[in-house]
Amino acid sequence: MLFRLAIRNISRNRRRSIMTASLVAVGTLALLLFGGFTTNIFAALETGLVQGGGHLTVYRSGYFLFGPGNPAAYGIDDYQTVMRDFGDDPMLKGMINVITPTQSVVGIAGNFTGDTSASKTFFGLGVVGTAKERMRQWNEHGVGQPYVPDDRLNDPDASRGLIGRGVARMLGLCGQLQVPNCPVPERIAPPAGNAPPLDPGLADLAHAEQGDRPAAGAAPRIDLLSATAGGAPNIVGLEVAGVKTQPVKELDDNFVAMPLALAQQLVYGRGEHKVTGIVLQLRRTEDVPAARARLLALIAERHLPLEVRDFRELNPFFVQVVALFSVIFLFLALIMVMIVLFAVVNTMTMNVVERTPEIGTIRALGERRGTIRRLFLAEGAVLGALGATFGVVLAFIAIALINHGGFHWTPPGNTDPIPFQLAWPTRPALLLGTWLGLVLAATLATLPPANRAARSRIVDALRHV
Amino acid sequence: MSESATIPVVRLEHIARAYRTGSVTIPAIKDISLEIAPRVFSVIIGPSGSGKTTLLNMIGCIDVPDTGRVEIRGEDVLRLSDNALADFRARTIGYVFQSFNLIPVLSAFENVEYPLLLLNVPADERRRRTLAMLEAVGLAEQANQRPNELSGGQKQRVAIARALVKEPALVLADEPTANLDSVTGQAITTLMRQMQERSHTSFIFCTHDPRLMAEADQTFSIRDGMLV
Repeated sequence: MLFRLAIRNISRNRRRSIMTASLVAVGTLALLLFGGFTTNIFAALETGLVQGGGHLTVYRSGYFLFGPGNPAAYGIDDYQTVMRDFGDDPMLKGMINVITPTQSVVGIAGNFTGDTSASKTFFGLGVVGTAKERMRQWNEHGVGQPYVPDDRLNDPDASRGLIGRGVARMLGLCGQLQVPNCPVPERIAPPAGNAPPLDPGLADLAHAEQGDRPAAGAAPRIDLLSATAGGAPNIVGLEVAGVKTQPVKELDDNFVAMPLALAQQLVYGRGEHKVTGIVLQLRRTEDVPAARARLLALIAERHLPLEVRDFRELNPFFVQVVALFSVIFLFLALIMVMIVLFAVVNTMTMNVVERTPEIGTIRALGERRGTIRRLFLAEGAVLGALGATFGVVLAFIAIALINHGGFHWTPPGNTDPIPFQLAWPTRPALLLGTWLGLVLAATLATLPPANRAARSRIVDALRHV
Repeated sequence: MSESATIPVVRLEHIARAYRTGSVTIPAIKDISLEIAPRVFSVIIGPSGSGKTTLLNMIGCIDVPDTGRVEIRGEDVLRLSDNALADFRARTIGYVFQSFNLIPVLSAFENVEYPLLLLNVPADERRRRTLAMLEAVGLAEQANQRPNELSGGQKQRVAIARALVKEPALVLADEPTANLDSVTGQAITTLMRQMQERSHTSFIFCTHDPRLMAEADQTFSIRDGMLV
């Protein structure tokens, strides 16, 4: 009888109830759309990071804190055995999609061809091209652009690599590489006669490199200078196969990707070739904690001087974006809850005032105060449930329209526009949380007028006009 | 004779009630004491503003006196908690309000059924008793109509059926036949008499209706808040 009465009372003043339920529906719609938007952003960001750097990276102990400044000092010994051990582990085997070594290298990149003379520091990464391509195909969440093969790092010529657009610009390679929207610098004559003489060893190395300088029209070459693990300077030549724009300017201005063997040659020369990292890309992100725990167990078992970092630790930007959008969502939810609260309080207060004699009547018939309170709370809950359910339906329709609208945008962490998509709000935490949250808000908003109704004196209520 | 048949259905001892409007205090009831025996047809008469409705409200346990003692069927109702008093009203007292006070979102059937729901009467019995009562007041065919689809007289009959359906010990009515034609009024009076015989129900009416006054076993005349 309670809910029958509640539903009939709601339909008594239809326009008012529709307006109130509509506000709840708008609140639900806004939260689910924004929830779908943030879910998609998180998924796109995660996908970009995992495609580029995997889920987990094994480093030599201390690399995470100190290694980037001196990668050569933090090489992993006998890395192929370590990789084989990890890859063959029965537990990890089922989780791993790709396991591949990487070598970080820092140094100076120079372009001294023709009348160009430019150099700058670089942050380089030596990778296995085929493994890198397999990593690029990972798309657990089905977001972003479809996979487009890029075999520029798969060339059999182990001296071909990619550079960031910023590196290309500063080294004056934009023209040769035909990079769109990349300005070419005006020629500045080098100071005459007072350049310091090049170290004889380096001069020999540079001369040797220039010996196989390509003919005009071929891919440009740059020189990469770094210190070897022993502290000696070393130079290798890199044939620039193309530009790979990076999402962050600082990274774009320093990025050089090269085959692993070239990076190892630069860092280790003729010594033992090591790597700075072993990257593991898992099939599913949810396996990260289990995989990490297993890796740590294997490392401890074998007494290896290694540490494991996941992609969140390596990319604090991701964690910050997640936190930022989560806080924005929380604020939006608070605003929506406040709107629902005020709307429902207003509606139910009017209902209580209008139905005061009726409240007196059913109290006189023998209803308890608690039942009166429950009756109005039930009305608030039904009103909230109707509005929230309508909002869910609206959200699904809106998301379908938006996802098929052909919109594009460039989210944080991406370099190219991707389809503007909203995730379906099917996560229980989002869907049920929003629905229940707003129904609860509508119910709680009814409490003050419900209490007022329950507390009214019967004779006063009966006399109320 | 059982004990309940001898205990007065209503006993008021020196009750007084005043209403305060700002700094002004208006006495509505001044020191009234009375006893009403079970199965008695009583009427309270008096001019408007004499305190009839206030007296009826206190007998009906929906208002409390400032001073004095109210016993209904031997129960000191002023000592009951709010919930206990609500349950007591649900079990013991039926009301017929002057302006019907039907619940607008419920049909005639549901309005009459409502007091039985409060007593947790099983659904089958509820339906049987509700239909029988609607039949008795001549509204069986209007069972599914809502109050806004009924005439004033029909509403009053639904209100009377609602008060009688649970066969309470005491039925209180404020001008119950005011909106009824003479034939229906007589039929209702006859129904009440039957209830009185069958269920030992006592009736207390405030009325100006001479036909109802003529039916009364006991008459209380009130003026300026005092019995005269």
